[in-house]
Amino acid sequence: MPQRQSAFYRQLKKMYAWYAGGFALFVVLLSLAEGMGMSSRWIGYVFMFATIALYAGIGVMSRTADVSEYYVAGRRVPAMFNGMATGADWMSAASFIGLAGTLYFGGYQGLAFVMGWTGGYCLVALLLAPYLRKFGEFTIPDFLGARYGGNAARMIGVFATILASFTYVVAQIYGVGLITSRFVGLEFEVGVFVGLAGILVCSFLGGMRAVTWTQVAQYIILIVAYLLPVVILSTKLTGVPVPQAVYGGVLQKLTTTEQTLFSSPREVEVNAMYKARAEAFDEKIKGLPASLEAERAALTVRLDELKQENASAKDISSAEKALKYMPRDEADARKRWTEARAAAIAKSAPPLPHTAAHAGRDEAESSRKRLNFIALVICLMIGTASLPHILMRYYTTPSVKEARESVFWSLFFIFLLYVTAPAYAVFAKFEIYTNLVGSTISTLPGWVASWGKVGLVKIEDINGDGILQLAELTLNTDVIVLATPEIAGLPYVISGLVAAGGLAAALSTADGLLLTIANAMSHDVYYKVIDPNASTQRRLVISKALLLVVALVAAYTASLKPDNILFMVGLAFSIASSAFFPALVCGVFWKRANKAGAVSGMVAGLGMCLYYASLTHPFFGGSIANAWLGIEPISCGFFGIPFGFVVLVIVSLLTPAPDTATQELIEHLRYPRLPHDRIDPPPARNPGP
Amino acid sequence: MQLSERHREYWRRNLRVTLVLLAVWFTVTFVPVFFARELNEWSFLGWPLAFYMGAQGSLIVYVLIIGYYARVMNRFDREYGVNEDV
Repeated sequence: MPQRQSAFYRQLKKMYAWYAGGFALFVVLLSLAEGMGMSSRWIGYVFMFATIALYAGIGVMSRTADVSEYYVAGRRVPAMFNGMATGADWMSAASFIGLAGTLYFGGYQGLAFVMGWTGGYCLVALLLAPYLRKFGEFTIPDFLGARYGGNAARMIGVFATILASFTYVVAQIYGVGLITSRFVGLEFEVGVFVGLAGILVCSFLGGMRAVTWTQVAQYIILIVAYLLPVVILSTKLTGVPVPQAVYGGVLQKLTTTEQTLFSSPREVEVNAMYKARAEAFDEKIKGLPASLEAERAALTVRLDELKQENASAKDISSAEKALKYMPRDEADARKRWTEARAAAIAKSAPPLPHTAAHAGRDEAESSRKRLNFIALVICLMIGTASLPHILMRYYTTPSVKEARESVFWSLFFIFLLYVTAPAYAVFAKFEIYTNLVGSTISTLPGWVASWGKVGLVKIEDINGDGILQLAELTLNTDVIVLATPEIAGLPYVISGLVAAGGLAAALSTADGLLLTIANAMSHDVYYKVIDPNASTQRRLVISKALLLVVALVAAYTASLKPDNILFMVGLAFSIASSAFFPALVCGVFWKRANKAGAVSGMVAGLGMCLYYASLTHPFFGGSIANAWLGIEPISCGFFGIPFGFVVLVIVSLLTPAPDTATQELIEHLRYPRLPHDRIDPPPARNPGP
Repeated sequence: MQLSERHREYWRRNLRVTLVLLAVWFTVTFVPVFFARELNEWSFLGWPLAFYMGAQGSLIVYVLIIGYYARVMNRFDREYGVNEDV
């Protein structure tokens, strides 16, 4: 068997080397085609359909009707490949497209995401992965069910899995819709369903096996697409093609630029004008509802005047538009004017310097920012070590030994992206501060206009001097990664590559999540609880049917464009960490933890987490004024996790210790091989992918 | 089943390695964040120190922690005869 495994490993390496070479050739050919006049629209089409067809091809080749292949890829995925698959599973559209933008705007404060989304793997490696692999079943609720006995812990596990994974998968499908609509020009809703088809062909036919081998392919595309533009930009700016190593120097220059830019007279003047605007909106909000009527009347008078003066058609139509788009009623006016006031306030002072840590107006605000940074890091890290779609991947390695090595490879492949994201932000910021700001608005580079068309870049010459000031420029977070190829002056084929990378990131995460949800329902609910005698075939049919249903519901939800999608994703980490982490860790490390303790700990942790979110987030009708210690709702796990631990420990100690069978199970988990271990089933015949 | 003294020692050593590595993880994560303002006064290869740690330094340590754990535990497995590949 080890020989077969190593032959399989060699074969995999050869196949993916060919694949990577083929992909490079494909990009080179496309760039030649661009040189010969292929339009950017067609480059977008080719990239999207070629990559989706590729993923579908791998999915079809990996189709399977074997339960172990379907749920855990036959437990034959070598450590390094499982690392790549985990990397793709992990890095979502938010990491790929959004993170660099978050760092651009947040500076030091954004690093909470970089640390949180990497450091969590230490917890996975040290506390969970090897033990879950030794346990060797199919899902995370499986572990809870076996360790804590009965169906209660399993069912709470299923509930938390679905709660945490569903919002997350909706966000991925939403990301697919955004990328396809921006780069290929499809309707958002059509893009959502095209992406859905791409997701389904992978997971539907081959389950975990197909998803694994597709994710490896997707990882290769996404990491090349992420690194290439910034490597070229770095070579241009510093002459060194290793952006991660040299952006410190650019950061120093950026800090000097910031100092002169923020205090330049024109910038100060523009800040003051935004401040005045914010105050004007403030007046209007206070004067509601009379101010709304007054504004309507003023606009009507102005329109009549213009018409009588025979003013230009342009002036008249803009006045008509202003009147037409007036707020409908008092509530609408309050909402829109409050947003406008917030936008103006944000521009009434220069942004914080990029490297400023926990900066606040006073000591209290500084320490609140610091505490929130710490709370967010904790929730993201522990959430990483609790998200079922990630933990599940460590069931797929051939051994405990490889599971440990696999976490190393996972973090290594993830590290490559996260260590680059801050460099992206710094290079982009430096380019924009030195080259874009201060140039005449009529001669701005082409990318400003092209991303302006889809609303990601906005420019308002508030002081009318025809020159762009920093505060006059509004950028969407997504634009940093999407526009870097154009900022660096690269051909469109690189933009197409970045879009393909973003698509790969979103599709791979969605694949893993959908499979996790469908497996929780088909394996844990249907097979383990409803019908334990179901035949293999029936289990797979149920699983595939559920996958289809969940995918359609998720796509439908995404097509409604829910407002609070980012908040919901952040919440997924808190939910997973509060519900799972105490029960999983105590399940391995504390023999005394029992069923009553685990069940009440999970309910208490999850309950506390949701209670705090509903108390503090406007989405649930709460308000940040209710916060404890000023902790933001996204970090509600900061209270949920410790509460879950405390309840688990107290209730366990008040109730009898687990029986000997459970004690033996725990010992079984702790040693990669014991004399009485049962032997794993032999691997299936047909090797993938 | 009855575990031998060797087995218990394996588990104790595993726990010790785990705890030490968790302490390293805790230190490189929370110390630079807590003292970020003070550490940013120092510069490291052009980066302010706290910024460097959050953007790169701590991440490198995370990768090393996991790599070290895999190496050490795989060695323990063989040393105590609980390795799988026999």
